Amino acid sequence: MVDWINTVLQGLLLGGLYALFATGLSLSFGIMRLVNIAHGDMIVLAAYLAYAVVTHFGINPFVALLLIVPAMAAWGYVLQRVVLSRSLTGSILTPLMVTLGLSIITQNVLVSVFSADSRAIPAGGVETAAVPLGGGVTLGLYPLIVMATAIGVIVGLQLLLGRTELGRAFRATSDDQETAQLMGIDNRLLYGLAMAIAMGIVGLAGVYLGIRANFDPSAGPSHLIYAFEAVVIGGLGSLWGTLAGGMILGVSQSIGFRLDPGWGILASHLAFLAVLVLKPNGLFPRTRDR
Amino acid sequence: MTLLRTRDLVVHYGDFQALFGIGMEIADGETIAIIGSNGAGKSTFLRSLAGLLAPSSGRIEFAGVDITGMPANRVVASGLALVPEGRKLFPSLSVEENLLIGGYAKRKGPWSLERIYRIFPDLKEKRRNPGTALSGGQQQMVAIGRALMSNPRLLLCDELSLGLAPIVVKDIYARLPEILAEGTSVVVVEQDIGQAMKVADRFYCLQEGHVSLAGKPGEVGRDQVSAAYFGV
Repeated sequence: MVDWINTVLQGLLLGGLYALFATGLSLSFGIMRLVNIAHGDMIVLAAYLAYAVVTHFGINPFVALLLIVPAMAAWGYVLQRVVLSRSLTGSILTPLMVTLGLSIITQNVLVSVFSADSRAIPAGGVETAAVPLGGGVTLGLYPLIVMATAIGVIVGLQLLLGRTELGRAFRATSDDQETAQLMGIDNRLLYGLAMAIAMGIVGLAGVYLGIRANFDPSAGPSHLIYAFEAVVIGGLGSLWGTLAGGMILGVSQSIGFRLDPGWGILASHLAFLAVLVLKPNGLFPRTRDR
Repeated sequence: MTLLRTRDLVVHYGDFQALFGIGMEIADGETIAIIGSNGAGKSTFLRSLAGLLAPSSGRIEFAGVDITGMPANRVVASGLALVPEGRKLFPSLSVEENLLIGGYAKRKGPWSLERIYRIFPDLKEKRRNPGTALSGGQQQMVAIGRALMSNPRLLLCDELSLGLAPIVVKDIYARLPEILAEGTSVVVVEQDIGQAMKVADRFYCLQEGHVSLAGKPGEVGRDQVSAAYFGV
């Protein structure tokens, strides 16, 4: 019984990582209607950047976040202004093709710079520390940190979107880009900022991924799938839904692993399919049909 | 003093030519009606003034500055605001947020939330509702208020009466004097001639992308207007 409680708790906390994967994707889709196929590869790119910084300077990966998050945010802004903005032509296919290309380029650049060996970011013991809750129930310290970060990111984004002028401009642009321009909103600047925020979160996700598990240059697409699934389960446009989606994926995955080590990944995809069949709009849909 | 002047304005949608050399002048504080049937080019003209459409040739001068081809977000900051056809409120924003975002360009001037609520008292009690939960007339008030929040020198209103009951249209037009009292110039575009001609100092009639008639409402006969409107 205690084992099962531990399994479910681990799964819930794993949901925090998936939510971090998914939030940036949700944001760029929500504001720009941009489906970023390279999202997973950007997470892996951030993990490699962190790996390089941590091993080269011998610093703690949590300190490295102070470097990686702004660097990824700046990269996101430049990427949006220079490349992605040209792909937002009204057709949903163009950005798909462009980001697919970006995905392939990123993977190949990572292979030539870092080789195809898998890596992990050393975090000095945090990743294996446990917090006993009594009665045999234990939580990992690191998954708790990840979950707290995910909740912090979502609360922060909700405040940004709901309470600030910039957030208002994001929502207006998401509703109707042309009318937003009539209000004086420079949508290209705004899209750049949205991508900067999305990629900043990707920076967080990448570092957290790299501390938790091994990664290699081709790992991006498998993370992209989890990000997509978390967004779709939660319902497009709902950030808390995305966290719930991540948790559903995490719990089904850890239960699957517990039943049979070969079933973990399959179980989470099956859970996704089940939600898609039962509630095609996701659990907490927020987007309006246009 | 001339506030807006267009010269030989030509606008295309792809291969389709919508405007054939429109010349128009609007003075400070003036109210202009642009009338014309469906497809005459009225909305196209307003949209190109607002910077949403780039003219193929010709020139738009606003307050002495050439704004031809200037993007919409900069046009509004220079004092030219458009109330778009169909109101186009932001569904994710509350009434008050819709009004606030109208002031995004941070142009200084007489308009504030309080002023807007004084002209349109209905909106104050609904300010927390989503903009799109309001009646058509109230939505139109939000759209006008939102444009006023940018403190425009020239307010362009595209089909204020669209889809509204005549009594509501009358109610909305009754607020126009308060807007004009701030020295704002107003352009009203309508298919319904009656309402627009009543408030206008001068009018232009468009037909198939050309100015077919221009003048003062009192000085032109009904027959002349119908001929210019329908092209018969």
